[in-house]
Formats: sequence, structure tokens, C-alpha cells
Amino acid sequence: MSIHTISIDGQTVPFEDGDTVMSAATRAGIYIPHLCHNPEFTPHGSCKLCTVKVNGRNCTACTFPADEDQTVLNNTPELTELRRTITQMLFVEGNHFCPSCEKSGNCQLQAVGYHLNMLDGHFPHFYPSREVDASHPDILLDRDRCIYCELCVRASREADGKNVFAIAGRGVLNHLVVNSASGLLKDSDLQASDKAADVCPVGAILVKRHGFEAPIGARIYDRQTLAEASLAREMRPEGAENE
Amino acid sequence: MSNKIKVATTSLAGCFGCHMSFLDIDERILDLAEVAEFDRSPITDIKHCSDKVDIGLIEGGLCNAENVHTLREFREHCKILVAVGACAINGGIPAMRNHIPLEECLEEAYLHGVGVENPRIPDDPELPLLLNKVHPIHEVVKVDYVLPGCPPSADVFWKFLTDLASGREPSLPYELVHYD
Repeated sequence: MSIHTISIDGQTVPFEDGDTVMSAATRAGIYIPHLCHNPEFTPHGSCKLCTVKVNGRNCTACTFPADEDQTVLNNTPELTELRRTITQMLFVEGNHFCPSCEKSGNCQLQAVGYHLNMLDGHFPHFYPSREVDASHPDILLDRDRCIYCELCVRASREADGKNVFAIAGRGVLNHLVVNSASGLLKDSDLQASDKAADVCPVGAILVKRHGFEAPIGARIYDRQTLAEASLAREMRPEGAENE
Repeated sequence: MSNKIKVATTSLAGCFGCHMSFLDIDERILDLAEVAEFDRSPITDIKHCSDKVDIGLIEGGLCNAENVHTLREFREHCKILVAVGACAINGGIPAMRNHIPLEECLEEAYLHGVGVENPRIPDDPELPLLLNKVHPIHEVVKVDYVLPGCPPSADVFWKFLTDLASGREPSLPYELVHYD
């Protein structure tokens, strides 16, 4: 079997047939920032945080197939700036009030902000009006924090076989909808033990009565950087757990 | 004439937690006093800035007309304006009222809230008019630096001020950047 390789920031990285730039990088222990990507589910390519330069062109590493003769740039000041801007836009288009969020310290959006040394939102805040759905006895849906990564959509479809979630609307009217006659979570098939209830990278879908279990200083990203935590989680071949 | 840097601080719609955190630099405040002197600040109880201040630290967002007035006056007197904490940077906790109409907020607080006695919405002419929404300060004035956190830790204040006092471009290392 011939050994295929690509170059990422000058490092030679082997890849296998079917690999994306992201999967090859992760296996080699190279962190590429991402939010909508989770190796357990079909790549989505929506958040654009994993944008890398492949032979001079911007591509999303989570969807772009690795191939011979690829020179990939990942950790550059230009891409960091681009990713920081994307993260700032994600923050200002939702209602992300970290001090009041029980996901704080375990939130990937927050941690990617730290990783990129994002200090503020830069842009004017939208402060959109979004519905909170607290109807379910065990699960809270706070759309203020949704970043439309569709991980819950994919997890419900691919892991739980239920199709509880979908994204509806366009542009600023984009919103997460629940597949039930009333549109409420309580009338859906979602259960707290479902992957979809556990996969949200931010605090939009939370299992109730589990908030603030780890004190400040002992939360995931208090102890580890996002790069360390992400690689440790995703380099595992099977059964990677999400926080 | 002292050649110490002049530092002013003030608060808008916030909880004063950022000021409390600043004071958590503890005995290092004596080292700071070697190179800096406090101008307008709750610490000195000086109500208005001197003509020109080198560094102005401001916590809190804009929730009423008085906040806007205070911010503009403060900006005018500060060579370097620093937005301190979540409320100044993104409106913070006060901005959680932004998707609720102001009338409903006032009615809930003063008319229909649990335990309200003698329900009446305060209307004294001395009370500053509330803004429809809470805004971060960069939407009204130019901000030179931001210190994230709710509140930023004492080490953040210390690192930032000592960087500036030594003539270095201020920068926060990874471990000091927090949004909560």
C-alpha cells in the first residue's frame, strides 16, 4: 500500500482514502478550529471556522478531501484573523451572555474565542428575539445560544434515528425547529439519554438539573485548551463523548 | 508636577464587580501608586475627570440617558479608553432585557412582580430616562482597549496597567482571557 501525504503548515501528514483534510490533521494531532464538525457525524461545513488554505484556495477542512500534492496552511495570522471575525459574528448574531450561561467553561464557542484571543464582539450586537422552549421535563432549549451547527439535527437523525430537530428559515429568520405537532420539545420524541440532547457545543440544548456541576476552575476549558480537549476527544476512534 | 500616569475609573449600567475585582490586586496597588495616580474614581470619590487623564477604565453598559452622558464626558477626558468587563463590551447581564419591550420590563418589576406593594412605575423627573435597549459602549464612543470577563480578574487589570505603564503594547496571555 502506498503512503499518501499532504503538507500542513510544512509538516508531512499521512492520509488514507476517504480522509478529509480535517480527519488527516486530527489523526496527526494537528488542531484545526471548528464548531460544526464532529467526526461522529456527516460533515456539514457550515460554521467555516475550519477554513484552511489548500494550494492557495480557502476550503473548509471538514469537508475538503485530502489528496496528493496538497499544501495546506492552517495556523497562520491571516486565517486566525478570519476565524476570529467569524467567531465575533457568531457571538453578535445570537444572545451569548457567558456569565449567565450554565455551559460557561464547557462551551466550545467560548473556548474557540479564547483560542483565537477574541476579546470582544467588535460588531454591533443584533440582540435578536428568540424563543426559549422549557416545556420538556428533562431538556431545555434556549435558542438564544444556537449557532446553527446542526449537530443536534445530525445526531438525532444519524445516532438516535428520530429526526427531532431541523433548521428552518433563512438569514436572520433562521431558527431551530422541533419536529412535533405543537412545535414544542415536550411533544417530541427527544429523551435526555439521546445523543442529540448531549451533542450541543454551546448552551442551546441542555439536560436539566445538571447545571454548574463543576465549579469554576474545574470545568473542561479551565483545565484544558480547546485544542487539547478537542484532539483528545476526536483522536479516539470510537465512542468519543461530548461535554 | 507629577509625571505619574493618571488613571480614572467609572461605572455605567453594571454591578461594580469590575471595580471590586480591580481592588483584588491587593497590595500590588502600592506598586501601582508608584507609577500611577487615581483621578476620577469611586476610590477617590472625585466626581469629574481632570482636564486630561491618561487611562480611563469604564465598566457597565448603557441603559439610560445618564449613562450615555457620563460615557461621552468620560471619553472626552481620557486619552485611552478601556471597556472593562462583559457589560461594557456586550451589554452583559443588563442586556438580557433587550428582547423584552421596556414597558413589559417596568410593569413586571413595579406593577405585577411577586411581592410588589403599592404598585407604581417610578416617574420622578430626576430619574434618568431608560433606553429601549441596553448597549455596549463601543456603539457610542471609540474604545481603545477591552478587558473581557465578568469581572476581569485582578491579574488582568495588573497585566494591562503594568504593560501600559512600562510603555509596552498591552496584551493578555491565553490564561487571562475569560468571558465569565
